[in-house]
Amino acid sequence: MQVQTHVDINSEWGIVAARQAGRKLAREIGFGSVDQARITTAISELARNIYLYANKGQIHIEELTDSGRRGIKILAIDDGPGIKDVRRVMEDGFTTSGGLGAGLPGVKRLMDDFKIDSEVNSGTKITVIKWLR
Amino acid sequence: MNSKTRDAILSHQTSIIDYWLEEVSKFRSEDNLQSITNKVYENTNREFVDKLFLTVQNGKDDIYKDLILYAERLIQLGWPLNYITRGLQAFRKVTVETLSKAEENYSKSIEFFQEIENWIDEIVNILVNEYSGSWENTVFLQKMALKELSAPLIPVFEKISVMPLIGTIDTERAKLIMENLLEGVIEHRAEVVLIDITGVPVVDTMVAHHIIQASEAVRLVGAKCILVGIRPEIAQTIVNLGIDLGRFPTKSTLKKGIETALQLTKREIIEISEQGGITYENSNP
Repeated sequence: MQVQTHVDINSEWGIVAARQAGRKLAREIGFGSVDQARITTAISELARNIYLYANKGQIHIEELTDSGRRGIKILAIDDGPGIKDVRRVMEDGFTTSGGLGAGLPGVKRLMDDFKIDSEVNSGTKITVIKWLR
Repeated sequence: MNSKTRDAILSHQTSIIDYWLEEVSKFRSEDNLQSITNKVYENTNREFVDKLFLTVQNGKDDIYKDLILYAERLIQLGWPLNYITRGLQAFRKVTVETLSKAEENYSKSIEFFQEIENWIDEIVNILVNEYSGSWENTVFLQKMALKELSAPLIPVFEKISVMPLIGTIDTERAKLIMENLLEGVIEHRAEVVLIDITGVPVVDTMVAHHIIQASEAVRLVGAKCILVGIRPEIAQTIVNLGIDLGRFPTKSTLKKGIETALQLTKREIIEISEQGGITYENSNP
């Protein structure tokens, strides 16, 4: 059965809720504690980006099955300002908010698949997947 | 409420009450009220409807006083708001239906409906206000409680303090951590501060950023910061994220952190033998 969870991000507590939902599902799918930490951290980064840059958006978390493999898919959607230069935000150390600039490139390293669609003034959609090994 | 409406409602009091009790008992299975015994449920319903009729009978200013007291009791017992709103909706339905069957002319007039609407709306407003006021109060108190256990700096030895962090770190807490850390370092004349993150569930770039900033600030006031309690999975995510913690010392446990802190302040823990002599824990005295 496909398990799906949606969490609305419109305050800092939304980040916590998304993280907890992600950890719960990751545990149910059977991820080990290190991968659980990776998944929750990735969700935390994505949710925080939504909160910081777009103010509100959603995190969708679902279980994936593909030719015998199981995994978790996280979708972060917002209709915020969008990202001007996607290649630059994927560079380590690039930041517009005074942070560490490790968020998105970090998420890419934490997860297995990473896809980003962003259009200026219309929003950002990021899909990440972690497969169970 | 005008006297005509009031008389109409009061003259059909018993049939309205019976009909209403029947309606409300239907909600029972849908609400999360199953744990309440039938007896309590019936008594509460009866009290509710009595209080409603009291507001009809009294024309005075404090007609809602009893109703508010009743609501306060329900709030304390943890009854859902749902029960009240549905109860009132049912009451409006029941009253209108009963009266339009009985009194042909007046009960079909717009004025009559408006009277009933106004009366029920007023009660809904009062009760919802009571409920939301109590929730706001609870949230406020919990926020204060959370703030109290937010980020204490504990002096454990002379010149050494520990800040154990437990739970999620949000922007507000990060600010508190920084403030308490700097104030505490000065107040306790600490030379080494240990920040323990054993209880922090997720260390993402923001949390790391705040910790790095805090330790940088601690360095500026002349003390040293050691990060302790880094669990293995957290260590891996920090590396994956590419966060550079190379510039400040870390230890796996608080115990090791304290040993290092003692070394830094040129002290160590020794064991005292039963004869009263001193034996050094390390072989080199």
